[in-house]
Amino acid sequence: MLAGRTFGQYIPGNSFFHRLDPRAKVVCVLAIAISVIIANKWYEFTLLAGLTMLLIFLSRLPARLFIGGLRSFWVLLAITFLVQLLFTPGNDVLLALGPLRVSREGLEAGSLIFVRLSLVILIASLLTLTTSPINLTAGLESIFAPLKRVGVPTHELAMMMTIALRFVPILLTEADIIIKSQQSRGARLNSGGVVGRAKNLLPLFVPLFAGALRRAEELAIAMEARCYRGGANRTRMNSLVFRLPDYIIISISLAVLAGAAGL
Amino acid sequence: MSIIKAENLTHIYSQGTPFEVTSLKDISLEIKQGEFYALVGATGSGKSTLVQLFNGIMAPTRGNLQVCGVDVSNSALRRELWRKVGLVFQQPEQQLFEETVYKDVAFGPINLGLSVAEVEERVADALHLVGLEPDRVSDMSPFSLSGGIRRKVAIAGVLALHTEVLVLDEPTAGLDPVSRRQLMERIDCLRKERGVTVVLVSHSMEEVARWAGRMAVLDHGRLALEGSPLEIFNKSVKLRSVGLDVPLTVELMLQLSANGKPVRTDILTTEDAVDEIARLLKQSDKNKDILSQHETNHD
Ligand SMILES: Nc1ncnc2c1ncn2[C@@H]1O[C@H](COP(=O)(O)OP(=O)(O)OP(=O)(O)O)[C@@H](O)[C@H]1O
Ligand SMILES: [Mg+2]
Repeated sequence: MLAGRTFGQYIPGNSFFHRLDPRAKVVCVLAIAISVIIANKWYEFTLLAGLTMLLIFLSRLPARLFIGGLRSFWVLLAITFLVQLLFTPGNDVLLALGPLRVSREGLEAGSLIFVRLSLVILIASLLTLTTSPINLTAGLESIFAPLKRVGVPTHELAMMMTIALRFVPILLTEADIIIKSQQSRGARLNSGGVVGRAKNLLPLFVPLFAGALRRAEELAIAMEARCYRGGANRTRMNSLVFRLPDYIIISISLAVLAGAAGL
Repeated sequence: MSIIKAENLTHIYSQGTPFEVTSLKDISLEIKQGEFYALVGATGSGKSTLVQLFNGIMAPTRGNLQVCGVDVSNSALRRELWRKVGLVFQQPEQQLFEETVYKDVAFGPINLGLSVAEVEERVADALHLVGLEPDRVSDMSPFSLSGGIRRKVAIAGVLALHTEVLVLDEPTAGLDPVSRRQLMERIDCLRKERGVTVVLVSHSMEEVARWAGRMAVLDHGRLALEGSPLEIFNKSVKLRSVGLDVPLTVELMLQLSANGKPVRTDILTTEDAVDEIARLLKQSDKNKDILSQHETNHD
């Protein structure tokens, strides 16, 4: 019921985009996302949307996944669109409903924010859909490695992130089992008012947290049993290497960013 | 009268996503009222999925399923099925959630809308059934108990519902031998006394041989075999090909007979095996006696 529905969950594959170095992907996705945010002309958006489509195509993943990702954000998209639409001051009123006015400026601002957010969501989901959590954190760790010199525990942070990401599907599966077992003893999780529902959720969280704490403790013991000691001198099984496609992608993304910034 | 009737059941998890798993394919079977029915199969063969369908917790992707006269594809009726079919999930000990053992076992009966006195009685009964002393454990926190006792509490929580059908997904895994036997005896007792239909998922062939009247073998989501334990354990080659084995007693009898000993091979329980071997020994003693008598006569 709950499992398999998380936004942007990694889907293994062997496409061009899958095989890129995670650092190249992070740079590429960040560059495009920043470009999308600073862009303000429609032809720029068209170009950026085209580029996003191209990258999605290169990932060889079904479009359905990306649309599904967008759909899980529809409340956010709708609210921001409406807020911009209704509360942007403007003279050119297209439609007036009582105190509410829709101006041409409002419509433009609303569409702009809608396109911006959608593109950012699409491009971010491209990163998480094609990069395994392990690779992603390895990439981030490597990007932020220079911060270690000023005392930021980058390795530990990356490790925490890996573990957190690893636990998400486990917790979802566990929640699913607990919900099922409570329903099979007559619990009604979806009925009652807001308070009733919140109360119904309580019995779900107790075993879920108990389980999570137990798991965390077991994991800590297992790590200590294998003499895990944090970042110093650790090597990776698959070390990250930049190849030609990575350089190409980084160059293109930086060029796009420079273009968007109007350099 | 059949109480569970499945026709061409297929179940697919996460259909339409890249994580699609077909866990059941075209399963048809019938379970009769008051029967002790066992489900066996290798790890991942779909047993837990099938029993969850029986309880109405999920609907099959395709196929017909009637449980206690209720069509499971109807979601409103399906949701009420918990009153008739009790399901002990695999590893139920991880699902306890109340502060005390009493409250946890009482959860189901309270949802049934019973009076306080009735709930109390049912909790005490259920705890007795699984071999726990209500006075000793009632006020304890489930989280302070050992794994096996937590499992017993979880089983009691389902027994307290007094359902017509009792579905148990590996209930005895992780219990000590005495508790295992006691639990199975008491569940069989419920079947005999109250006519409860029992569906048992188990990896212990000995347990299945000892208790089940009929059984089904699942293999990668398909129904590989169905029949009485005797019929099925006679097909040892087929069983091994789906990752299972015959009970030790059957194995022993098969080996003895392969070595030319005149024993019956249709024996399931240890008690019968003991009798049969005793008979064999007595017979060979007798033969020896006769032989030695012959020899003395010759002298
Ligand atoms: N919630 C779920 N989401 C997706 N796939 C699942 C889910 N539950 C089970 N499966 C898959 O369905 C198949 C059958 O699983 P099931 O739990 O029914 O097997 P089982 O026979 O009970 O195994 P075991 O003996 O290990 O308990 C497996 O391939 C499993 O990976
Ligand atoms: Mg199972």
